Amino acid sequence: MNPTPNIQKRAINFGWLLQMAWRDSRKNRSRLFLFISSIVLGIASLVAIYSFGFNLRQDIDNQAAELVGADLVISGNKPISPQIKTLIDSLGDRKSTQRSFVSMVLFTKNQGTRLVEVRALQGAFPYYGSIETTPVSAATAFRKNKQVLADRNLMLQFNAHLGDSLKIGNVTFTIAGILDKAPGQTSLAASVAPVVYMPLAYLEQTGLMARGSRINYSYYIKYDRPENIEKLTTKIEPRLDKEDLNLQTVASQKEQTSRSFEDLTRFLALVGFVALLLGCIGVASSIHIYVREKLKAIAIMRCLGVKSTEAFLIYLIQIVIIGFIGSIIGAALGTVIQQLLPIAFKDFLPIEITVAISWASIGTGILLGVVISLLFAMLPLVSVRNISPLNTLRVSDESITAKRDPLKWLVYILIVAFIVGFTYLQLHNWKQAVAFTGFVLLAFLVLTGVATLIMWLLRKFLPLSWSYLLRQGFANLYRPNNQTIILLVSIGLGTAFISTLFFIQSILLSRINLSSGESQPNLILFDIQSNQQKQVADLTKQQHLPVMGMVPIVTIRLQELNGKTGAFYKKDTTLHVSRQVFSREYRVSYRDSLVSSEKITAGQWIGRTDANTITPISVEEKFAEHNHLKIGDKMLFNVQGVNMETKIASFRKVNWNRIQTNFLVLFPAGVLEQAPQYFVFTTHVPNATASAKYQQAIVKSFPNISIIDLALVLKLLDDILGKISFVIRFMAGFSIVTGLIVLIASVLISKYQRIQESVLLRTLGASKRQILIITGLEYFFLGAIAALTGILISVPGSWALAKYSFDTTFSPPLLPVVILFFVVALITVFIGLFNSRGILNRPPLEVLRSDT
Amino acid sequence: MNNILKIENLSKTYKSAGNTLTVLNNINFLVEEGSTFSIVGPSGSGKTTLLGLCAGLDRSTSGLVELNNIRLDNLSEDERAQVRNQYVGFIFQNFQLLPTLTALENVMVPLELRGEKNTRSRSMDLLEKVGLANRSHHYPTQLSGGEQQRISLARAFSNQPKILFADEPTGNLDAETSEKMVKLLFDLNRENGTTLILVTHDMELASKTQRIIRIKGGNLISDERTAVSV
Repeated sequence: MNPTPNIQKRAINFGWLLQMAWRDSRKNRSRLFLFISSIVLGIASLVAIYSFGFNLRQDIDNQAAELVGADLVISGNKPISPQIKTLIDSLGDRKSTQRSFVSMVLFTKNQGTRLVEVRALQGAFPYYGSIETTPVSAATAFRKNKQVLADRNLMLQFNAHLGDSLKIGNVTFTIAGILDKAPGQTSLAASVAPVVYMPLAYLEQTGLMARGSRINYSYYIKYDRPENIEKLTTKIEPRLDKEDLNLQTVASQKEQTSRSFEDLTRFLALVGFVALLLGCIGVASSIHIYVREKLKAIAIMRCLGVKSTEAFLIYLIQIVIIGFIGSIIGAALGTVIQQLLPIAFKDFLPIEITVAISWASIGTGILLGVVISLLFAMLPLVSVRNISPLNTLRVSDESITAKRDPLKWLVYILIVAFIVGFTYLQLHNWKQAVAFTGFVLLAFLVLTGVATLIMWLLRKFLPLSWSYLLRQGFANLYRPNNQTIILLVSIGLGTAFISTLFFIQSILLSRINLSSGESQPNLILFDIQSNQQKQVADLTKQQHLPVMGMVPIVTIRLQELNGKTGAFYKKDTTLHVSRQVFSREYRVSYRDSLVSSEKITAGQWIGRTDANTITPISVEEKFAEHNHLKIGDKMLFNVQGVNMETKIASFRKVNWNRIQTNFLVLFPAGVLEQAPQYFVFTTHVPNATASAKYQQAIVKSFPNISIIDLALVLKLLDDILGKISFVIRFMAGFSIVTGLIVLIASVLISKYQRIQESVLLRTLGASKRQILIITGLEYFFLGAIAALTGILISVPGSWALAKYSFDTTFSPPLLPVVILFFVVALITVFIGLFNSRGILNRPPLEVLRSDT
Repeated sequence: MNNILKIENLSKTYKSAGNTLTVLNNINFLVEEGSTFSIVGPSGSGKTTLLGLCAGLDRSTSGLVELNNIRLDNLSEDERAQVRNQYVGFIFQNFQLLPTLTALENVMVPLELRGEKNTRSRSMDLLEKVGLANRSHHYPTQLSGGEQQRISLARAFSNQPKILFADEPTGNLDAETSEKMVKLLFDLNRENGTTLILVTHDMELASKTQRIIRIKGGNLISDERTAVSV
């Protein structure tokens, strides 16, 4: 006998499902929207960043030629050989030459001095774009006269005006124009080393071409018909490579700039993604409660013959539609926020950013919003399939909580796969994508674990002797329909973000401040020639300043390592010796003893030797490790034209954090004394006036000497950190505000849950004040525990950063952290109470009669 | 006369904390098509569980439930849902109207589910019959208990069920409203030739049906015919 003779098979009617989804949502739309508002900011941040990235790419493409200023740029840090000169002469239709170096300049009017980047230029560079100056004509005029262009901020700093005199080395120039923007320069770079353009013809007279000065030689080449640049590049690159010269083209610049900014936008997209994930957790939790409330309605529908899949689809349709609307709002908001991003980033960008609407980014954002809200909403929604019609007869939570649904595991897997996949699309590196996902999951797990543990502990150990209000406030953390987990995760993660930012900033600043103590040098003079050594020391003493160190520096290059040349190591990559080992210029020193920032970690330090033996040198341990150098390895150096055989006698650990002279390679006394050398000198000036007076005296007497003012470096660093942390805060802001929205949504949802109970309490005679205290306590506990957990989570990460990345000790800044803790806890209480006020202000009867 | 419902050796047990709790123990009875039938018993006797099993809302631990010659215990939950939609109507003590749907839409749902035509006018006719045509666009919360139960009655008859299960249909109503409601229920039942199965502990209501079975402690303790004529 056929067991199902009379059942008419019925196909799923999507039209009816849509209609039911519409009808069912009718009374819940504002709440549904509240759920989805959690993802709005996440989508907004992603769309803003994607649009920004999209415009950035376009702008880089359009402006790459202006960044380079020519079709080809050949550059290096030593004078070119006659062969290369012949090659360069044969290239292009027009050419410009530039030599750049750092040097002190002196404003003669007020005797102000400052370390700047001098660019000595000959020719019509730039061929694309322009050197922007005020007045415009100055950009060409200065080249033919004894004139300079000076950076706008530099002019402001020294209150200089057009027509004032500026001394570079031995030559005094007239300031012909204010430099508003040099090709390819960011305003951040300009604030670190302000640029001064001068005509190349006067370089010789400045006397700054002396040995020891680090000069960059650049040749800008322009073709009238630049079509064959790519072919030409392939042809000449090996020759330039051989002589350690760089070749830059518009295409390579495009690629390089795009790559570095793509990294930036990817990183920012990940930060935005965290905000989105946070929002999604909010969605999942809200939908979970929504489904719980719909239990009865779903059971009735099941009773009337609605299939489990149909019931599931009715709610899925609601989520998709509301997710779609939320994503559109997010995308619109993101497009608005995108207008602000160029303001946040303008100091870091070498190009002008246009703000155009990127439909591709908007589309991606909306798709992402729908997919991710769907995925996370699926977690609670799959339970709808298991709601039994029996719930019409007697309601129990069992059907949606107790059952382990294998589909749920599938959803979990999909979510993890989605996160890994999305992260991979940002990072293009599986390892990092998995690590990122792992880290996010770990943070979620830790916070969930803490929440679960707290609930368990409270349930187990809540003292009955406590007052009713206290017990009730605590008990609300673990009773059915509590929001403990979701609030702990969202608030905790937001707090972890902010406190990590605080920690990193304090680590960076403390690292710098280390060097600003009284006994530490704060003024560094370099490029001091041998014959100026004594005079500088005398001048310093005259000004009653301490002579803290006079360190000789010899510039050398590596010829051979263990008898093999650089070409050999380049071919055999299995030897893991980086190309830089041979191409770099080593600035080494010699002395008979170690200084306090150094410690021998292997081998033996030999402080003195003579020219008859192989010179025993000491190498910095990380450099040695990176290049697989061993004790006893032989290194043949070219010391300004003379070969010197050395062997590695020891490895040193060097504390680079102190601003003082440290060296990768250190020679013993007795061999380099006669080599051409220059000196670095350090002193400590007590204040800005003394510093200015001393710097003026030095620059006047010794124009070739450059001075690094640590006070200025600190200020600059503070500026840069401020700008970077503004960008990071701006992005982290999305997570934090999302956390707050999730908090508001959670509180509002729990309000629906709590209405009946609060009304009952009020009916039984509880005063407004008592209910206020219970609610306030509950949210204070939540906020406090979440903030504490968030801060604690950020500690190990920051500690690891401090120890392994910055090589410094980590001492958390207590005050900001304590302030953060209370701010988070109090905001939670405020939002909790603010959103619960409806319960307090409405008469019990009104609430009892209303449809909750 | 055909049997619309056949219950054979029906048992239901629950496992809770390692203990087995028998809620229904070896129940047997047959219900004739078009008849009226009551299941009575004190609270906790298992009568609601029995109703749930008979209507295919739940699965038995052992035994057979055959509704309109369809063995329910062999069917999946979704197949049972289709059976309910096709042959079964429900009336609950607490009305169980969908709160987000209007009175009219509540009545329309079973028809719409079957993909039928003219659902709106047919549902309006039913609302007319229960005297609530003028409240068709009201939501359940805007209606009194009696009105809600009449809507629920209209919904129960909308798919022209072969069998109607009513779980304490007057349990939440005052005496006067109850009386009107019961009259309406029996009138509609007669008009449509539907089999009516009542679950109640109200003996006066039960006595209006043709047959009463009593359940106590999960066991069927009596099965008697009343003086009501078929």
